[in-house]
Amino acid sequence: MLVQLTKRTLVLLVSLGLASAMVFWFLSVLPGDPAQVALGTGATPEAVAEMQERFGTDRPLTVQYLDWIGGLFVGDFGVSYVTGATIGPLIIDRLMVSLWLVGAGMLVALVIAVPLGTLSAVHHRRPLGTVLAGVSQVGIAIPNFLAGILLIGLVAVSWRLLPAGGWVPPAQDPIEFLRRLLLPALALGIIEGAVLARYVRSTVLNVLREDFLRTARAKGLTPARALVRHGLRNAAVPVVTILGLQLAVLLVGAVVVERVFVIPGLGSLLLDGVANRDLLLVQGVVMVLVLAVLVLNYLVDVLYTALDPRLRAAA
Amino acid sequence: MARFTRTILGGLVFALVLAACDAGDTVDPDDTADPADDVDEEPDDDPADDTDDVDEDEADDNGADVAGLSIGFAAEPASLDFSTDDGAAIPEALLVNVYEPLVKIDQDGEIVPVLAESYEVSDDNTVYDFFLEEGVTFSNGDPFDAEAVAFSIERVQEDWTIGLASQMDIVEDVEVVDDLHARVTLAEPSNNWLFSMTTRIGAMFSPDGVDGLDEEAIGTGPYLVDDFARGDRIDLVSNEDYWGEAPEFDDVSLRYFADPNALNNAMLADDIDLIGTVQAPEGLSQFEDDDRFEIIEGTSEGQVVLSFNHDREVFEDQRVRQAIRQAIDRESVIETSWGGYGELIGSMVPPTDPWYEDLTDVHPYDPQAAEALLEEAGAADLELDFRVPNLPYAVNAAQTVQSQLAAVGIDAEIDLLEFPAVWLDEVFTEGDYDMSVINHVEPRDIAQYGNPDFYWAYDNPEVQDLLAEADRGDEETFEENYREVARIISEDAASDWLFLAPNLMVANERVGGVPENNVGEMFDLTVLERT
Repeated sequence: MLVQLTKRTLVLLVSLGLASAMVFWFLSVLPGDPAQVALGTGATPEAVAEMQERFGTDRPLTVQYLDWIGGLFVGDFGVSYVTGATIGPLIIDRLMVSLWLVGAGMLVALVIAVPLGTLSAVHHRRPLGTVLAGVSQVGIAIPNFLAGILLIGLVAVSWRLLPAGGWVPPAQDPIEFLRRLLLPALALGIIEGAVLARYVRSTVLNVLREDFLRTARAKGLTPARALVRHGLRNAAVPVVTILGLQLAVLLVGAVVVERVFVIPGLGSLLLDGVANRDLLLVQGVVMVLVLAVLVLNYLVDVLYTALDPRLRAAA
Repeated sequence: MARFTRTILGGLVFALVLAACDAGDTVDPDDTADPADDVDEEPDDDPADDTDDVDEDEADDNGADVAGLSIGFAAEPASLDFSTDDGAAIPEALLVNVYEPLVKIDQDGEIVPVLAESYEVSDDNTVYDFFLEEGVTFSNGDPFDAEAVAFSIERVQEDWTIGLASQMDIVEDVEVVDDLHARVTLAEPSNNWLFSMTTRIGAMFSPDGVDGLDEEAIGTGPYLVDDFARGDRIDLVSNEDYWGEAPEFDDVSLRYFADPNALNNAMLADDIDLIGTVQAPEGLSQFEDDDRFEIIEGTSEGQVVLSFNHDREVFEDQRVRQAIRQAIDRESVIETSWGGYGELIGSMVPPTDPWYEDLTDVHPYDPQAAEALLEEAGAADLELDFRVPNLPYAVNAAQTVQSQLAAVGIDAEIDLLEFPAVWLDEVFTEGDYDMSVINHVEPRDIAQYGNPDFYWAYDNPEVQDLLAEADRGDEETFEENYREVARIISEDAASDWLFLAPNLMVANERVGGVPENNVGEMFDLTVLERT
């Protein structure tokens, strides 16, 4: 267990190091100069040079990289070229918004996936099962930005039931917060629910064929009780793995959904940062996303063993 | 079932963790980077605090509510500091509304007083005496006086980094005659200087109010910045200590939509009251057919220019440039680019400028004439590097131009560049292009035809002399010379001016008095009315 943990920690550190170098390098070859963008069409070459000095972008790339990575070790993401604000708190602020969205999206996905997947497994090779499997196939085929546009078109523009976008922090006005969270969470969650439903269906199908379920039935439990008491917990192991991986997918999907719904989350921060060539900010956001993906994988591993004692022994 | 629930809860652990994180974050506002916190933590003598109670009540206001007004814009300000960031969105939100200048430009293009009750200009156009409004204070409580005028002007010369600041170089001295009288002396006569004082460089700052400009705006204006939620909105509240007439709307929320369709949708869903600038003209029909909305069309100062790089050999010959102008049917460009909204212009002058002259017939659409000219110039089978910013209007216009040029045998290969970053870098700074399309929104930017270092590298000594003389001379000479320059560059086909960008807005029934013409750099909220 300890050996495995050390191994994984090493892998994590090496991945982070590689990721930081790649992120830095990709952004440095991106055409466009932050100083030029900040100064606009009226800028003289002298003003641009002065601004580059202020930003520190006139230094050699290796120096800039080491400076940045050194800061990261002590949690210092640097200062935004464009706003002059410290990047760390900015990212945390926006990350919170994105996490609300991702959390709500995941909730929607689970509410859809667990009953849908279980039902279609139980009704395997029967009309209801086929219909449900078909529905989830259609769901998978829709990109979430399209789901977002469709939801806005129907619910916000045609029926005028909910706002078309925007964001209100929960502490400011919980009702308005929920009203504005609902559509983007649905856009993100419906598709995700369709993806997850297929995993739920196939693991439940596997579990239904297991000996222990037959034993449970033999003990006199009804099929439904047997499934709920013994089946679903076993089915949950692979689903949780997928859930962890899909959380990372959701975080990335949120970038697009945030754009469509005008939500000031990490995604909009990233896109604005790229447009302004606010390179330190973009590097920071991407590193946070990379970190999130790697940490999620960790947590999945931990949960995995918690859910299934057999894996604990094997490790 | 209980066990199953627990399992699922285990799977949701991330969601709960993040929910907990956020709850902690909102309990302790000091942890957030929210710029509004800085505003709230000002000392007690800050008049902004008087409005804090109002803020709490208004916190619930979102979208189209009874008291406030919600206006949607496209580009979001990167910060609140327009002295170091060139972005047009900052003065659009803050100039006149939060920061007031001595003089501003009104809807008819006239210079009218704001903080200067009146002003006098010496006969030789070099000494300006500004007599200031009495009893004006900044939102930090400091009085506005001649010292503040001197401070603000000198600060532009010393600390501002944007290009526009160079227009203040001509100021030799600012003298504080008394508290309400500031005398500005120019190194040489300039007709443009007073005009540039209507732009952001004329904004008045408090000597003690410039420490955190990117997050905190301290001006004398009718509004205060209540909250700047990056990526989302700027909330303005009315300044209760405002020296002038209070604006009609107490709370105005400026909301930013990076996606033009999201902006239109917010309007359709009654979430905002006014679209400040329509970015997706193809979506306008949704508003045309709906009687909840009114489309307001005014003029802007934005000339959509098909720019020629005069450093390139192909453009040395006037006949080639003229041929391109004559090959283009600008009416159809307006149709594809702005859905038929927009006006033909024959030069770099918007019809709102006093020296405007109708030059649309100088090089009329005539493909046969264009072909003949090309042949005469020995430039048949011309190939052009047509580098276009990836903005909807520019791409649409470029495609129409491309097909019309193809009809006369010119092969213009479109190369889309990300705007602003890449376009600014490669076309504007490096001059690596033959032809481009961009909307030049700066007022009076015809003067750039007198600047051989500008990206189109137009080098015509006659134009340069006329412009220099105009700036030094009296008002009549100024207008006369500008009119002359407009004609010369049009006949010389220095560029092609595809059309004047329309200033399109959509308003609902709650708001009136919308300033239809986009003049100056600001979106003047003080003229809005309740209906």
